Amino acid sequence: MATETGAVPGTAALERPRRRIDPIELLGRFAPILFLIVLAVIFTSQQPAFASEQNFWFLLRQNFVYGILAVGMTFVILTGGIDLSVGSVLAFAGLVAAAVAKGSNWRDVGNPDAGGTAVLMAALAATAVGAGAGLIHGFAVAKLKVPAFVVTLGGLAAWRGAAQVMSQGQPINRFSDDYRFWGSGFIGPAPVPVVIFAAFVLLGFLVLRFTTYGRSIYAVGGNPEAARLSGLNTTGLIMSVYVISGFCAGLCGFLLTARLGAAEVVAGQGYELIVIAAVVIGGTSLFGGEGSILGTLVGTLLIGVLYSGLAINNVNPYFQPIIIGVIVVLSVYLDQLAKRRRRA
Amino acid sequence: MVQSEPARPDESSGSPLLRVERVTKTFPGVVALQDVSLEVYPGEVLGLVGENGAGKSTLMKILSGVYQPDSGEIVLDGKPVTLHSPRQAQDLGIAIIYQEFNLMPNLSVEENVFVGREPNTGKVVRWRQLRKQTEDLLDQLGVRLNPGAIVRSLSVAEQQMVEIAKALSLNARLVIMDEPTSALTDTEVAALFDIIRGLKARGLAVIYISHRLEEIFTICDRVTVLRDGQLAGELPVAEATPDRIVRLMVGRPLMDLFRPEQAERRLEILAERSPEPVLEVRGLGRTGTGQDPSAIVLEDVSFSVRPGEIVGLAGLVGSGRTEIARAIFGADEYDRGEILVDGQPTRIRSPREAIRLGIGLVPEDRKLQALVLSLAIRENMALSLLDRLSRFGVVRLGAERALARRMVDALRVRTPSIEQKVLNLSGGNQQKVVIAKWLALHPKILIMDEPTRGIDIGAKAEVHGLMHQLAADGVAILMISSELPEIIHMSDRILVMRQGRIAGELGHAEATQETVMALATGVSASTVAAA
Repeated sequence: MATETGAVPGTAALERPRRRIDPIELLGRFAPILFLIVLAVIFTSQQPAFASEQNFWFLLRQNFVYGILAVGMTFVILTGGIDLSVGSVLAFAGLVAAAVAKGSNWRDVGNPDAGGTAVLMAALAATAVGAGAGLIHGFAVAKLKVPAFVVTLGGLAAWRGAAQVMSQGQPINRFSDDYRFWGSGFIGPAPVPVVIFAAFVLLGFLVLRFTTYGRSIYAVGGNPEAARLSGLNTTGLIMSVYVISGFCAGLCGFLLTARLGAAEVVAGQGYELIVIAAVVIGGTSLFGGEGSILGTLVGTLLIGVLYSGLAINNVNPYFQPIIIGVIVVLSVYLDQLAKRRRRA
Repeated sequence: MVQSEPARPDESSGSPLLRVERVTKTFPGVVALQDVSLEVYPGEVLGLVGENGAGKSTLMKILSGVYQPDSGEIVLDGKPVTLHSPRQAQDLGIAIIYQEFNLMPNLSVEENVFVGREPNTGKVVRWRQLRKQTEDLLDQLGVRLNPGAIVRSLSVAEQQMVEIAKALSLNARLVIMDEPTSALTDTEVAALFDIIRGLKARGLAVIYISHRLEEIFTICDRVTVLRDGQLAGELPVAEATPDRIVRLMVGRPLMDLFRPEQAERRLEILAERSPEPVLEVRGLGRTGTGQDPSAIVLEDVSFSVRPGEIVGLAGLVGSGRTEIARAIFGADEYDRGEILVDGQPTRIRSPREAIRLGIGLVPEDRKLQALVLSLAIRENMALSLLDRLSRFGVVRLGAERALARRMVDALRVRTPSIEQKVLNLSGGNQQKVVIAKWLALHPKILIMDEPTRGIDIGAKAEVHGLMHQLAADGVAILMISSELPEIIHMSDRILVMRQGRIAGELGHAEATQETVMALATGVSASTVAAA
């Protein structure tokens, strides 16, 4: 350094207030997890069985689909995008999985699938369909520059339609035990789909936290132009998150048919809203660039605990969407309040 | 502490329009303003200067009713007032023109000027009267602008005129302008100054905030200097010198900002070694913009830059300077011509490829184009070299932290930690983070578009020092700047652009403000000098 322009004493302190503990900021940041704990305590006090191990696994198995979809959705929302198509892709991929498992006689209700490798093929087909759908969405968003909301709204309609065309109104059922294992089996005390859910959370966490890919996702979401001018392949990155989200939806299609023992056109209807709610409640910014998988996990569990607790208290299930809606708005409000504090 | 000087312009021996008395404002953990006093008289332009973080914006927000002071008084027309809200400040005749305008881009000029106060009969707007009143206002300002024009379609300068017209329509008596010229061309600045003189003649008081000292000398009557939230001094412009103001701002004398001897030494070295150019541009051309597919953006642009050389790219805003930078960097496409790096013809299609070839770009707008504000300093610095800082796609956090620490030290980024979000840094420190990002890559060619825009004078000197250092290390630097003194003193050669072409080249010795402007505007040097 050639010039001598030492720091002006005091300037640093003026520009950057020291970090202090601000109750509202803390509340905003940890609101979801606090709320989760409070709810769990309330429901346990009403119904001690709520805290049982059995209910723990039950709760997770109830929510694994939301959980896996939310992991994929977190990637999309971190780039500032949105994926409204997950429920429809899930339904279509579920039908494809069922059809592949049952082979050429898939319309024959009396014909169970062959088990073994057929199940593996089914899982592969479902994820391939999901990832393929995601690739189409990603192409339209990143290359054709159609807003993600519009692209995946189109997907929401189109993939549901594809499912209808394929099923012709008839669900596909009767699966082998090999097939059902993926939805209803156990590994030790843990339901198989819950293990898969846990693996996705872990993988998503590691990727976002520690890899160059994860870092690039945050950068693209935080400032796409800066990311591009820093040499990142922004188009490819944006396409990739829709593929990830589609892949998750495809896998969930397979897992859900295995769980329910039937592939239906109406599977996954309305899931996109619950999944987006989980991600947003978990603190991921809809503008992109900020958020985390752990937040999403908390958001998913929060919704799961709430649903189950309301059921325990015999609250009319029709109230559930109202409550979720209120919580989503409230949590985003708190989050923004906290951010404003941090920036002030 | 420098004693504040008892300076008072003779002509305004009347009572001040506004007096700020010993105002203190603290934020959690920080004293933003301490015992600051100042006064403004009717018909006076008061310059307000200070480094980033000196308290200018806090003071301005207090005067506009956004913040309330913890102690101290604001006296308007001899009466103490409390400003609870921007609305109240407005009603009392205080108008603020922010750097980012508060206009509604989809509405017309007249709608913007009188928004919420349109002349009406009951609920119905009287459009003809609205047009008339707007025209009168614009006439008073001497501005030719169609009141029906949609604000989005106006230039930055024109939008500023709309803001000023709006302030007048509110019967403002005090107009505060925050860095009003940062996005204006020189002609537009001159026009703005005419308007400010007009406001002055009508007895309005103006507080003029700017980083550009030469503007303070042109337009202000007195200047008040803030440093670290305190009043560092106050003096009539007639008695001030740039040196004196800078000393008040930074609290110590500053070495010659541009250090011309550095450039001269470099020229000698270049002449001695005469290295082969590392970057060569031949006949670069591009036709068509988003608005006009037949507009010529660049035409037959040819030049070269040698290692260790700083080449300046001058010209008016819109003359194609930034477009050249972006074309070389692969950020925009070009239709014609050739770019050679190290003598090899290359077709650079994306910034990614440019970086691979050893080209870096410090873009024009650091917040929009260079930084991810929500990420930490460490993460921003590593962004363009993630490949090198990772193994099997996993970021090596240790190496990344080490790099960030090294850069923060080397560039003296003022921050408590490398984990600080870039959002929380001052403009100068943000710019250092942008530069650090490229230094870490060890580029062969560094393109710097307005590298010191909007940063304070101390940081600016440091950036200039860095540029000299880089050039001494053999980096080829292509520098774009709208500030003539900067480009003239920093550059070994200056390419002047006009309407997408290179209008001429000036050596270090022959470059003056007049010769550069003459080439940039296409009029002869003597005319420029006379104007």
